[in-house]
Amino acid sequence: MSIYLNSDSKIIVQGITGGMGAKHTALMLDSGAQIVGGVNARKAGTTVEHKDHDGNPVTLPVFGTVKEAMAETGANVSVLFVPPAFTKDAAIEAVDAEMPLIVVITEGVPVQDTAEVWAYLQGKKTRMIGPNCPGIITPGESLAGITPHTITGKGPVGLVSKSGTLTYQMMYELKDFGFSTAIGIGGDPIVGTTHIDALEAFENDPETKAIVMIGEIGGDAEERAAAYIKDHVTKPVVGYVAGFTAPEGKTMGHAGAIVSGSAGTAQAKKEALEAVGVKVGKTPSETAELMREILQNA
Amino acid sequence: MDLFEYQARDIFEKHGVPVLGGVVATTPEEARAGAEKLGGGTVVVKAQVKTGGRGKAGGVKLAHSPEEAAQKAEEILGMDIKGHTVHRVMVAAGAKIAEEFYFSVLLDRSNRNYLAMCSVEGGMEIEQLAVERPEALAKVAVDPIVGIDEAKAAEIVDAAGFADELKAPVADAIRKLWTVFTAEDATLVEVNPLVRTEDGEIIALDGKVTLDENASEVRHPDHAELEDKASADPLEAKAKANGLNYVKLDGEVGIIGNGAGLVMSTLDVVAYAGEEHGGVKPANFLDIGGGANAQVMANGLDVILHDPQVKSVFVNVFGGITACDEVAKGIVGALEILGDEATKPLVVRLDGNNVALGRQILADAAHPLVTLAETMDGGADAAAAKAAAA
Repeated sequence: MSIYLNSDSKIIVQGITGGMGAKHTALMLDSGAQIVGGVNARKAGTTVEHKDHDGNPVTLPVFGTVKEAMAETGANVSVLFVPPAFTKDAAIEAVDAEMPLIVVITEGVPVQDTAEVWAYLQGKKTRMIGPNCPGIITPGESLAGITPHTITGKGPVGLVSKSGTLTYQMMYELKDFGFSTAIGIGGDPIVGTTHIDALEAFENDPETKAIVMIGEIGGDAEERAAAYIKDHVTKPVVGYVAGFTAPEGKTMGHAGAIVSGSAGTAQAKKEALEAVGVKVGKTPSETAELMREILQNA
Repeated sequence: MDLFEYQARDIFEKHGVPVLGGVVATTPEEARAGAEKLGGGTVVVKAQVKTGGRGKAGGVKLAHSPEEAAQKAEEILGMDIKGHTVHRVMVAAGAKIAEEFYFSVLLDRSNRNYLAMCSVEGGMEIEQLAVERPEALAKVAVDPIVGIDEAKAAEIVDAAGFADELKAPVADAIRKLWTVFTAEDATLVEVNPLVRTEDGEIIALDGKVTLDENASEVRHPDHAELEDKASADPLEAKAKANGLNYVKLDGEVGIIGNGAGLVMSTLDVVAYAGEEHGGVKPANFLDIGGGANAQVMANGLDVILHDPQVKSVFVNVFGGITACDEVAKGIVGALEILGDEATKPLVVRLDGNNVALGRQILADAAHPLVTLAETMDGGADAAAAKAAAA
């Protein structure tokens, strides 16, 4: 078991012929993920050449539409490497095709576009992860995104994070234990899948024994997650929040990472999490240590 | 990006929002000319700063003649308002105000839509109103696809409790402000106060607009002109010109990392380590991004090593997409280019993609300024110690 993604997941790539799309299609194949094709309206009917996990050549079909790609391949996941100006239309196309899961890697998507996609997919059959995220990995089974698959393997820890590199750092710190699924939800002000969504899924996943939740300054997602944990999560949760030393009013890389007034500070998030019994590490290594203690005593 | 009031005024005007005449001035002479252009009568001279409370700070003054406008501008220009130096004033036409209202529409992160807020009690600090008399501030959710159409505008003015004869003209102004919000890709459009003049006109007397920088990049090339280049830190300007994501801070340990989250975390870890080493602090935020190559690394080091406050540098990279050998090549290359200009010690921590090769490149170069660290915590401690010792 895992959340959202497993060895049966059949993945297509929207933007498979672009630079980023091609590079990460190769890496996803190398991880052992089932990549079954791609979409590019202007290159419909062509193919792209790659190698699978064992180094054997793979020829992937390029379709004109997501709908066609799903009909031909049975794909149930789409990863988007589409430039920001076209991300909204690509996402809406996937929603209209009833793609169960879309993972939007693209950075720099206008927030009004994301707001529109989010409103559009209400009541429809699609879950969106991202935008501006590293995607999701179920080690040893599948990868939909750009997380390196070589850091660690399968294990009992579920991880949800706004940040890509902090996800990698935490997977590395706990590489001797391994992960059920690690999901990077993205650092934009609006994202399709939240900490709460992932916490709920991890709570329901029998393979996940404990959860690491990584947050950062900006917004109130961590505070809301804390309230959710109090009422709904029975598994141990360890937290980390980045940005204690970030000054007010300066955006720290992620469009959503900004402290405005008294809202969105790392301290407030840490206190909210601690108030519901989540142990919060001061640093990534201390956070890993807290998780290590939990796993060793389990 | 937050806009100045005069920029917001211009954008309002462009989209048909009723505003008063206004002229921006950077000298008393320009303020005098501006007042003359507005008819030579009573004007308001307003400090242009991106912070609230300028009225209380003495940054808004009435002038009854162009001569007096110049005098008031002289007094206001150069003033410090909450750490913001006043470089410009706006000379605005005077209005006979009968009533003051409030309106804003903003991105609502928590609910993943937009929120319109409106009150018939404008003019005061809206945060104060929201706390003291929340019932006086109408809050109406706005669907991102439907937007503020006629029905939604009517709902907003009803909820705010406007008198019947004002509902239509205020709703009209609100719909035009919604056009500003969508057409310019704003995350905030706020008008405080929205006024009714004695002549019965509805006018946006002040404006606060925040633009979404992602959208500006993708579809508003004209927004580049709105940037406040005059007050930008020169190092921040240089970094921006090189496409680097850099924020100058007040400290001694220069920081370079990849990925916003890891860099934020690195700042924290260095600050904690600094507590043990004379209180040294991180000097900056610099994210070289995913898949950074040697050139990007070199550009980053170039910015940081030219920060006179920096005493040591901590490079913290976890190679996911970024290859550690590229990072190492960038460090070695940058130090070669800088030559004798590079005098500050560098602590480098590399892990992940191609780490062995990356460490080997640094070991082979054996540059006297470079130390390799095994862990993030160890690297932070070493960099803080070197900054404290320098």
